[in-house]
This record gives sequence, C-alpha cells and structure tokens, in this order.
Amino acid sequence: MADVMEKIRDIIVDRLKVDPSEVTPDASFVEDLRADSLDVVEMVMRLEETFDITIPDDDVEKLRTVGDAVAYVERRLKEKAGV
Amino acid sequence: MLQGKKIAVFGVANEFSIAWAIAKAIHEHGGELALTYQNERFEDTVRRLAQSINVEMVLACDVSQDDQITGVFERLSQNWDRLDGLVHSIAFAPATALRNPFLQTTREDFLVAHDISVFSFLALTRAAVPLMQSGGSVITLTYLGSQRAIPGYNVMGVCKAALEACVRYLAAELGDKNIRVNALSPGPIRTLAARGVPGVLQMIEIMKERAPLKRSTRQEEVGNAAVFLLSDYASSITGEILYVDCGYQAMGM
Ligand SMILES: NC(=O)c1ccc[n+]([C@@H]2O[C@H](COP(=O)([O-])OP(=O)(O)OC[C@H]3O[C@@H](n4cnc5c(N)ncnc54)[C@H](O)[C@@H]3O)[C@@H](O)[C@H]2O)c1
Repeated sequence: MADVMEKIRDIIVDRLKVDPSEVTPDASFVEDLRADSLDVVEMVMRLEETFDITIPDDDVEKLRTVGDAVAYVERRLKEKAGV
Repeated sequence: MLQGKKIAVFGVANEFSIAWAIAKAIHEHGGELALTYQNERFEDTVRRLAQSINVEMVLACDVSQDDQITGVFERLSQNWDRLDGLVHSIAFAPATALRNPFLQTTREDFLVAHDISVFSFLALTRAAVPLMQSGGSVITLTYLGSQRAIPGYNVMGVCKAALEACVRYLAAELGDKNIRVNALSPGPIRTLAARGVPGVLQMIEIMKERAPLKRSTRQEEVGNAAVFLLSDYASSITGEILYVDCGYQAMGM
C-alpha cells in the first residue's frame, strides 16, 4: 500500500509543482498545496486513470488531505478486489 | 489520409482532451500540426504533449482576446504557406451556470458561455479563411444537449444549439471557397470540461446501458472521425453534425 502513497505523490508533484517533501498525509490540497479547483479535477482524473476507479463528485468533496486521498484509494482498491 | 495537410488544433488542456486525441490521430495520418493552449496554466502540459508527437508550433491563445487570435494566425501565416484544417475544441460555462437550475442563469454567465463556446468558433474561422487558399476543412465539437434537454447541461446546451447553427451558416458562406464546415457530436467522455457538468459520470453509465453499441465513446474514436472530416474522403460533406456516440442519439429510450 506504500505504493499507493507513492503514486499519489507523483500525481500531486507533477500537477502542483510542489516539493515531494511537502506531500505529507496531513497536507491539505487547497490550503497547504495551493491547488485550485481545476487542479483538483485534473488530479482526480489522473487518480481514476492510474488506479482504474471512478471517483464520484460527492466523494471528491470529502478528499481534503493527501491522507484522505490515500485512504480513499486504498479502500476502493480493496472493494474492487472483493476483499 | 492527411499527408501534406497543415492543421491547427485549438483546445488541448491535458492528455484527456478530445483535442489531444484529434491531434494524435492527425499526426498518425501524416498531417502537420500546430497546437494552441489557453494560458500559462496549461502551457507546460501542452508543450510536453506536443513534444511527444514532434509538434514545434505551440502557441498561446485565449479566445476571449481578439489580439491573441490575430497573433496566432499571424504566426501561422509566417510558418505555413497555407492552412488546410482548423479544429475548434473549446467550450466554457461558469460553474454557477452549471450548478444552478437553468432558469436561474445570469446574463453575465450566459454571455461568457456564448463568447467562449460559440463566438470563438466564428472568430477563429474568420481568421483562418484568408489562409485557406486551396480550400479547407473546419471542425468544431458539439453535444446532443443542443437538441434535447439534458439535465445539468443547461446554458451549454443553448450554446451548442447556436454553435450548430454557426456550422450551417459558415458552411453556406464558405462553400464557394471550397471550405467545408462540420461538427462532431461525441457522447459523454471523461475530460476536464466534462467533469464540470454535474452528473456527467451518470450520463456515461446511462449511455453504456442504452446506446446501441452498449458502451461509451472513447477519445480515439472522435480523433478518427475528425481525421475523416479533415481528409479529402469527406470532400462532399459540409454543414453536417456527425454523431460519434455509439448510436445513442438514435434511441428514444
Ligand atoms: N467531454 C465530453 O463529454 C464532450 C462531449 C461532447 C462535446 N464536447 C466538446 O468537446 C470540446 C472539448 O472539450 P473536452 O471535453 O475535450 O474538454 P477539455 O477541458 O479537455 O477541453 C476544453 C478546452 O477549452 C479550452 N478553453 C476554455 N476557455 C478557453 C479560452 N478562453 N480560450 C482558449 N481556450 C479555452 C480549455 O483550455 C480546454 O483546452 C468542447 O467544445 C466540449 O463541449 C465534449
């Protein structure tokens, strides 16, 4: 599952041009990492593509921090695998 | 299919953009390309994508600015002796206009949406015509929401109806210059713009269930249809709205 964090970090660093060290679990996308609403949508789409999942708008609203996104993706991957 | 043709594509934002799928398809079929991007926010991504298919002409063009439109076509005329194709894959509506009921659309949101999504097509075509000395093919992107009420699509549906009317009027006026004007009308596809329309994921699910082909449309399929319209194989096709939607528009339920 460390793998999930790594992939998510790559997506964030690529889009937001932040230093990888800033991408900690409790960093918030909007306040700490300075993402605007287009950035959020773009990162969500990359998450969907990378992990082959669909993230409904209602769920997107709940992903405030990097940790939220990691936990969410891990949960969705488990569901997909039927665990 | 497009060997020797020079084509400008407006509307690449990222790797999910329909315009990017069109650009890739043009490249695969031997066409020569120029790409534009809206502003610095998109510049890095678009340059990186352009590089991956060896496109050197990458120009900034915010279509709400007349001088930027003029500037882009000046650059094109400096680099190319003529233009054979123009792809307009641009639309925008303020989030408020898409989230609130259509009845509540403000004058300002209505005008912005029409400026960026409709007038820009007229403006780009007008700027392109002088360069299309040996005829040409102009394409825009529309959606079924122009003909049917699709909840959540709101003012954008009104824009697309106007855009489709532009296709017909421009086709009528430009025919004697052998310039063809058409629109592609894809089914819902996951892109940056589409994610701004509430309920688009649901629209995709409904499409998979009800479209004759029982699936949703892929970007690449829109790219292929664009290549056809840009090519001489479509030499008798103008003023047309071509659905690329797995047949969804044919269904009543
Ligand atoms: N995705 C779909 O489901 C779908 C279906 C039918 C039609 N379309 C149409 O396809 C076209 C392309 O959209 P997309 O889905 O590829 O999304 P997209 O977000 O990738 O493309 C929209 C483009 O419009 C550009 N744009 C917005 N405002 C601009 C401005 N002021 N100046 C210059 N460019 C500006 C953006 O930079 C972006 O490149 C749009 O006309 C859209 O309405 C999309």
